[in-house]
Amino acid sequence: MDKVQVRCTEIIAESKNLAPESISMDSTFDELEIDSLDKINISFEVEEAFDIVIPDDALGSLKTVGDVVRGVEGLLASKAVLGDPELAAEGTE
Amino acid sequence: MNRVVVTGLGCVTPIGSTISEFQDSLFSGRSGISAFEPYAEAPGPSQGLRFTRSGGIPSFDVSKHLPSGVAGATNRTAHFAIVAARQAAKQAALLEHHAPEDIAIILGCSTGGRSSEEEETAKLYTRDARVHPLTVTRTMASAGASHVSIDLGITGPVLNISTACASSTHAIGLAFQMVRGGIISAAVAGGHEAPLTFGFLRAWDSMRVVSPTQCRPFSADRDGMTLGEGAAMLVLESLDSALARNATIYAEVVGFGMSADAHHITQPAPEGAAAAIRKALADAALTLGTSAEALVPEVGYINAHGTGTQANDSIEAAAIHQVFNSRASEIPVSSTKALHGHSIGATGGIEALATVLSLHHGQLPATAGVTTVDPKVNLNVITGGAISATPSLALSNSLAFGGLNAVLALRRY
Repeated sequence: MDKVQVRCTEIIAESKNLAPESISMDSTFDELEIDSLDKINISFEVEEAFDIVIPDDALGSLKTVGDVVRGVEGLLASKAVLGDPELAAEGTE
Repeated sequence: MNRVVVTGLGCVTPIGSTISEFQDSLFSGRSGISAFEPYAEAPGPSQGLRFTRSGGIPSFDVSKHLPSGVAGATNRTAHFAIVAARQAAKQAALLEHHAPEDIAIILGCSTGGRSSEEEETAKLYTRDARVHPLTVTRTMASAGASHVSIDLGITGPVLNISTACASSTHAIGLAFQMVRGGIISAAVAGGHEAPLTFGFLRAWDSMRVVSPTQCRPFSADRDGMTLGEGAAMLVLESLDSALARNATIYAEVVGFGMSADAHHITQPAPEGAAAAIRKALADAALTLGTSAEALVPEVGYINAHGTGTQANDSIEAAAIHQVFNSRASEIPVSSTKALHGHSIGATGGIEALATVLSLHHGQLPATAGVTTVDPKVNLNVITGGAISATPSLALSNSLAFGGLNAVLALRRY
């Protein structure tokens, strides 16, 4: 499991009072009972953890834990292209 | 017109977070006021506070009561509210006997989710950091009432009252009127507050009304108030409903009086407080089918607002003298704030709870910390230890900044 997946799982587990082991990349928000307020809360924590901004349209399309992890990795990769490779590497290695 | 009684009690306070612990502390005079830990938020090496003590509840562990998601979405003040309301509702078996849509939740809270607001504002103003998306819902003063309704599944009228230091007394009074008028069949009424934030303490410090030593209401050498936090809740319902279901009745609420000083934003005026006491007695007379004059000799205990400031205690004493004349110096009076501190929007609820327990157990709590009763107040202040007494009527006074006064008249049942 890469660092992004570990950290995203920790954030979701903390927010929903779940064991991290019970959360996989395939877990859906419906299964985890993540409602719209939870989603905003989790997104904020993820943004803080990785120093990224999740665009509104991307937020709407998140349905699974895997979507979150891939979204974060994508945003970190964009940041690397924009000249912050150190932080991007730190997030994904 | 229904008679209204108290059938459930709940609390989270510096002197106990169960009713049995609270009443043990109340009648044994065990104070919950202690030195607080230095605030990490202080920007300099000094805390910048003239005082070192507060009525905090450091032992309160929200994780024992709420899952982390709910706890994280809510402020400490709502945590107190949920836990105290659960106790009161459980004790009264409220939801087994009343339909959720016929129950009201009327709570006092003045400062809302103050710690959440300060934390986010500090980040924003000093680092241009992003503001947490739950800040709005954590900080709104009505959030506690909403979370109690969500937690208990109560769907009747749900309100938050914000009248500073009288908030929860107003809340209980309005709930009393609604049950009496038959608008609702039962209510969870009281208040909650978590005001012990660094910014709020500094704001109080600037007013120079907080005791640098120890809160000792009505003492000749009193030097200010001590802030506290917590929640207290009462379940109110009609006497008929309580009798029909054989519920334990802790006391009867017979009257409620409100007034405004229309005078000053901090300095109280005795006429305003006296008017609220008179209205509470007149209201009690209506309930009991008698006259206010006939009730004056029946009042055998006053749980005073008694903050421990020079101004409050002398003005409140003057108000008691205006209403009770020659009886004023005879009626046993105490302020329990010396035990639990002044918890702003919650304090009236905590004191109403103390008054209900006093009537129920036939014991009147002492005012802690008093060295010598101020001869100028000329009141029968209970000091030293609790006394045994079974008054038929008791008053619980709340006199808020801005001159907003609320007085409950409670009767031994």
